Amino acid sequence: MAELLRSDVMLAFAVMTAVTVAARLGGFWLMGYVNVTPRIRRMLDALPGSIIVAAALPVAVHGGPVVMFAIVAAIVATVVFRNDFIAVIVGMAVAALARAMGFGG
Amino acid sequence: MTWCRETRTHGRHASSIVTSPKLKLAPAYWSRAAILPGIVAIAPMLPGTLAFGMAFGALCAEKRFSLAEVEVMMALVYGGLSQFVAVQSWPDHLTASSIATLALLTLTVNIRFALMSASLRPWFGTLPRWQAYPAMLLVTDGGWLAAVRYREHGGADAWFYTGGALVLYVAWLVSAVPGYVLAEQLADPKKYGVDLAMPAFYAAMLVPAWKGARLAIPWVVAGVVALVVYWLLAGWWFIIVGALSGAVCAGFIEPPAAKPEHTHG
Repeated sequence: MAELLRSDVMLAFAVMTAVTVAARLGGFWLMGYVNVTPRIRRMLDALPGSIIVAAALPVAVHGGPVVMFAIVAAIVATVVFRNDFIAVIVGMAVAALARAMGFGG
Repeated sequence: MTWCRETRTHGRHASSIVTSPKLKLAPAYWSRAAILPGIVAIAPMLPGTLAFGMAFGALCAEKRFSLAEVEVMMALVYGGLSQFVAVQSWPDHLTASSIATLALLTLTVNIRFALMSASLRPWFGTLPRWQAYPAMLLVTDGGWLAAVRYREHGGADAWFYTGGALVLYVAWLVSAVPGYVLAEQLADPKKYGVDLAMPAFYAAMLVPAWKGARLAIPWVVAGVVALVVYWLLAGWWFIIVGALSGAVCAGFIEPPAAKPEHTHG
């Protein structure tokens, strides 16, 4: 931690920022040229679920039984309580408890 | 990418013939009435965001970043998962090629933001550009999911999304500081189940999105493709490839001819 803001680190952050901003603005910009037909609408409607499953499933499988069990617990909590807050707390608590009890992963 | 051209040409032909009630949602407007509901909607994300940010601050302290550097990264890159992945694989010496590697890594993790902002176009595209584009800079998983759910229920107030997104942004900026300071106690996020905050929130968002098995077929496709890509390809390509596969699949599932508006909504 010799310097407050190292210039090479700032350069790396700038490049990472540029890439991320391009993604955030680029999707919105490109969509301006796409005619939102019923087919495109169906694709957009399926996006939230698809992104969630695609992002979380491999991580859950890789995470092993504890992670998968915690996610199932969060889903059950959502179905029972219909509350996102409780679901997140249940998911985190189940994983923390399982690990505290010595289950790996 | 042949499917891309194909869906587009198909779409143009179909657009004049088929009309869906979902295409005619109200245009966006700004009313302060939606600020509080928007914040309430993202509130379940806050504990996870704070915990994730703290864990990230701790990791950065371990990797010998200065707190000022951490805050610059939090404020500018603003993508939790991509920051984690980048810092974990941060090279000892930054060179042109190692920076390019970091950029590619960031792109594969964050390219999903392009899909998210694209899906907000029918809503935010009705606003002036100087309002819509800055709002897209705040796209995150949680803020976007809450906004999409609000929109599905017919909401159009742009403050719902923007208010929640701003709160998430500020929470993210603040969260790294205690983590950085308390680094040693927090270096292992798994101990407190912090790594489950995001997946648990995702799972919670999936439940209300469930509208029957037929509309969940794209999810299955997304999951299977993501798993296969995860095993075959190094890195984080599985998110974007899986998500796109699911969406494209949904595009090809025609609604039943008899009562399309019934099953769709």
